Amino acid sequence: MAEGVLARAAWGLRAYGFIVAMWVRSTMAYRASFAIMLAVSFATTFLDFAAIMIMFSHVEALGGFSLPEVAFLYGTSSVAFGLADLFLGQFERIGGRVRDGTMDLLLMRPVPVLVQVAADRFALRRLGRISQGAMVLTWSLFQLDVDWNVGSALMVLVMIVSGGCIFGCVFVLGGAFQFWAQDASEVQNAFTYGGTTLLQYPPTVFGKDLVRGVTFVVPLAFVNWMPALRLLGRDDPLGLPGWVDFASPAVALLCCVITGLVWRAGLRAYRSTGS
Amino acid sequence: MRLPRLYFAVAGSGFRRYATYRMATAAGVFTNTIFGFILAYTFIALWNERPQLGGYDQSQALTFVWIGQALLASAALMGGGFQDEFQERIRTGDVAIDLYRPIDLQMWWLASDLGRAAFHLVGRGVVPLVVGAFAFELALPGSLLVWALFLLSVFLGVVVSFALRYLFALCGFWLLDASGLGALSMLLSLFFSGMMLPLNVFPGALGEIVRWLPWAATLQVPADVLLGVRQGGAGIAGAFGFQSVWALVLLGCGRLLQKVATRRVVVQGG
Repeated sequence: MAEGVLARAAWGLRAYGFIVAMWVRSTMAYRASFAIMLAVSFATTFLDFAAIMIMFSHVEALGGFSLPEVAFLYGTSSVAFGLADLFLGQFERIGGRVRDGTMDLLLMRPVPVLVQVAADRFALRRLGRISQGAMVLTWSLFQLDVDWNVGSALMVLVMIVSGGCIFGCVFVLGGAFQFWAQDASEVQNAFTYGGTTLLQYPPTVFGKDLVRGVTFVVPLAFVNWMPALRLLGRDDPLGLPGWVDFASPAVALLCCVITGLVWRAGLRAYRSTGS
Repeated sequence: MRLPRLYFAVAGSGFRRYATYRMATAAGVFTNTIFGFILAYTFIALWNERPQLGGYDQSQALTFVWIGQALLASAALMGGGFQDEFQERIRTGDVAIDLYRPIDLQMWWLASDLGRAAFHLVGRGVVPLVVGAFAFELALPGSLLVWALFLLSVFLGVVVSFALRYLFALCGFWLLDASGLGALSMLLSLFFSGMMLPLNVFPGALGEIVRWLPWAATLQVPADVLLGVRQGGAGIAGAFGFQSVWALVLLGCGRLLQKVATRRVVVQGG
């Protein structure tokens, strides 16, 4: 049984690779457009940060956080979100597939549906967002007054990986939700794009209820806020116990389990539109 | 007199078409509202540090946030609307059929986009603004005249937004896959309309420049009309003049580019 699961997972990953390679080849057929898309993807997120820099041209600190500190939040949020967006960003297309009936096609192929949806129209241009986030993050690491050692470096790495997992779960959950509510794909933008925008600013800026909501209901605070507060030596506005700052991997794992169950339920609830 | 009626019918069907998708509308309202809250809190933090930043007081800044969320779909500040559809028709070659039709291609799409914008203004604009007004102290005018002027300014803004997106979509005749240009048009629109940060907060020369670009006509100018920053005969005339000039210039450019495209480019398809 265990071997069966492992073999299935390995096959899923290989299939993911095949489909991704196919889409990358297809993207490269329109080279000029791809170059523009990559540059635009980079520039879009760059202008995001430009807006923050314009804010800081008027003030010294926002919510008590300096520019390097906000840049650190920005970078970690962007990179984690960018990774999830690159690997799993296609889940918002499920509603469309349910509507036009092409979901049936995916069910017929001998590859896990999750893998097929994830790799569908794989968009290499999303590297633009990741690289821009990584640049801001690197800049902030040099500017921050943090005592860097193996522990803190590891914490940043773990933060980004578990943050990517949490955002990935939000994408998949949003996709699963569309099996029930086909036209509502925009709801997930509130949590994905809305989430990454939220996390780019310090938690002190927001109302406490909002911070509670993204800690306990949709656990986005574990993407970067909680571990970052520890790294930056800041107090948690909710006054939670200290170990919470290290809980990101556990939260990410829990999210994955829940997401897996919801995804299965969603897939079972799928009704073909027929013809 | 048959032609104007035709365009009204096209606009009407554009309105009805978007009105069909109720779930999508509700989802959009939800997302706009969440974004409104996130932006509102960051603006509060900013205006707490610097009251009167950019000439707005805090309640005006917050009003700006919610006007932005209310107009996001209507003025298509994040793209969408007719642009994707028109681009797809250029890519597949279906546009050749459109060119046969005894109508004006640009006016046809403008009419359908105005119908869409009218629905989005009602369907996606009203609720976020009302929620914002309940949650925060907004600086909304009591005078009906100001609201009427605001609506007129929104209309002109949508025309400018349409003219810009039409230009970007036409480039698809040369590039075939215009999705990169679509993304570029969205990027420019988000930043230079004032959606991310009001244009009067942009510093120095950058601020001077962005306030004269056409994107300012899509959000910043209507918002300033509602906020009473542009008021009185001269202020209103200046606002409408700015929007109208950009609308005419850009629509004119669109016609020129369309002529070049339809003469020189071989439509693909099979």
